[in-house]
Amino acid sequence: MDKLKLPKLLIAGAIFYVVVQALILTGVLNGYFVVIINRSLIFVILAATLNLINGITGQFSLGHMGFAAVGAYVSGTFTTLLFHLSPHAFGDNLGFLAAIIAGGIGAAIVGFLIGFPSLRLKGDYLAIVTLGFGEIIRTILNNIAYVGGPRGLLGIPKFSGFTIIFLFTFFTIVLLRNLVQSSHGRAMLSIRENELASELAGVDTTRYKVLGFVIGAFFAGIAGGLLAHLLQIAHPTQYGFYASSILLIMVYAGGMGSLTGSIIAAFSLTFATEGLRVGIDWLRDSVGIPIGTEWTMVIYALLLIFIMLFKTEGFMGMRESKILIIEEKHV
Amino acid sequence: MSETTPVLSIQGMSHYFGGLKAVSDFTFDVPEGVIYGLIGPNGSGKTTTFNLITGIYTPTQGKILFQGENIVGMKPFRIVHKGIARTFQNLRIFSNLTVVDNIRVARHFTTKSGIFSSFLRLPGFKKETEQVMEETMELIKLMNLEKRAFEIAKNLPYGELRRLEVARALATKPKLILLDEPAAGMNPKETEDLMNLVRRVRDEFKVTIFLIEHHMKFVTGICERVKVIDFGETIAEGKPEDVVKDVKVLEAYLGRKAVVC
Repeated sequence: MDKLKLPKLLIAGAIFYVVVQALILTGVLNGYFVVIINRSLIFVILAATLNLINGITGQFSLGHMGFAAVGAYVSGTFTTLLFHLSPHAFGDNLGFLAAIIAGGIGAAIVGFLIGFPSLRLKGDYLAIVTLGFGEIIRTILNNIAYVGGPRGLLGIPKFSGFTIIFLFTFFTIVLLRNLVQSSHGRAMLSIRENELASELAGVDTTRYKVLGFVIGAFFAGIAGGLLAHLLQIAHPTQYGFYASSILLIMVYAGGMGSLTGSIIAAFSLTFATEGLRVGIDWLRDSVGIPIGTEWTMVIYALLLIFIMLFKTEGFMGMRESKILIIEEKHV
Repeated sequence: MSETTPVLSIQGMSHYFGGLKAVSDFTFDVPEGVIYGLIGPNGSGKTTTFNLITGIYTPTQGKILFQGENIVGMKPFRIVHKGIARTFQNLRIFSNLTVVDNIRVARHFTTKSGIFSSFLRLPGFKKETEQVMEETMELIKLMNLEKRAFEIAKNLPYGELRRLEVARALATKPKLILLDEPAAGMNPKETEDLMNLVRRVRDEFKVTIFLIEHHMKFVTGICERVKVIDFGETIAEGKPEDVVKDVKVLEAYLGRKAVVC
């Protein structure tokens, strides 16, 4: 019986896709807005997966963008190489898909190498390790001439369009929702709630912390690959601490542990960043106040302080929208 | 319920915190199917004993045999898988999860669905989820928490949280349950109900119960064997009615003068 009923999430996703696609085709949304929407969708993946690590498993990772960098560079190198070898190899986008998945796997492997030793420790060690990792990966990329060094990896073919990015984002959210609302997901949640009690309820806490971290890294790698193939460049500065802290703000503003919150925050903050950029340019050029776009970070810092003081649980708290809740049969 | 094979056998177990001897050369057996009490004044090493048995601490010396197998050095979750569950003196509830989810976490390690079948919600996963839910609801009924099943745990009153912890411990399908001061903070009526509940749990789930308690009335009313400790040393062991008459026990609880008078 419940097979006839279309899942709410599928309906919501379809409506979103059709509306945006219609607005693009009718020319209401110009290329600029489409890029912002695409960026928002990619940030949904990044924020939601960071939420899996920080909000759901209760760890504290500060270098999530580092995994996106791994994904971006692995997949970018892959497609640029293929593209140069035979420019028409992508008639069916299969090579692109393989590259994106390879980026995800690369990020997951790095995630395992980082997470396995540091997640065995308790407390703030993970924060320190991931903060260091984010910077190390940026410095490494800055110094590898093969991937462009400080110039960045250029000439990445453009494969990410709205449809592809939407599909990846949609499936990531579906999979994350299924995971969080499964027995494995509850094991992760219990670690956040009380690690000792979780261990004494039979949960292999180290395993689940590492697992959450690796899954988060995998999808962050996917997001990085999508971003590189949208912007056609992968640059070390895109993936530094600044970008990671924007992700953190998204997770906190949306609500720790709420995928709904991460989705809303990824969209609102991506649009807000663009709005602030336009607003600051206007203040500088028309009003004559000598400030630059770096002031967006000041505003975000104030936003974070505001959240910490007045709305610690974020926009959604730990709640999920009904669209994201899997109904269970009650006995 | 034969009393011949001890479910838990502790042999020469000592534990030091730096220079402080928290547990000194404990040797005792907990026979299968009994309700065994561990009593002693504050700071006498009761909770440390529980922490040693559950693997939170590793004893400095000695062996802990659970059903004949030495569990010293095993990780706490492995010991749970072997069949030892516990509750905590200061509640450790998953406050932001529902009552049902609190219990289901403890059933997780017995489930077989892998991470991928959970990702994709395959039929086998769904069937297993439903089965776990059924068993969870049975435990909830036993603990008289039906009305609270889908509430967030932090909204429950203290007495119900205590019962929830027992339900969570039972969900791991243990052979031995350690209850750390189950009657703490309860009024006489609640204590009475708890005593009945502990007996019912022992009889229905065929588990051995090992508990720490301050309430003398509770201990004498329910335990079949009692061990009294003070400053990490055993001062008496035996049937509760004999132990309470022991001079050393009275001294430990009331002071030497009170006994002499």
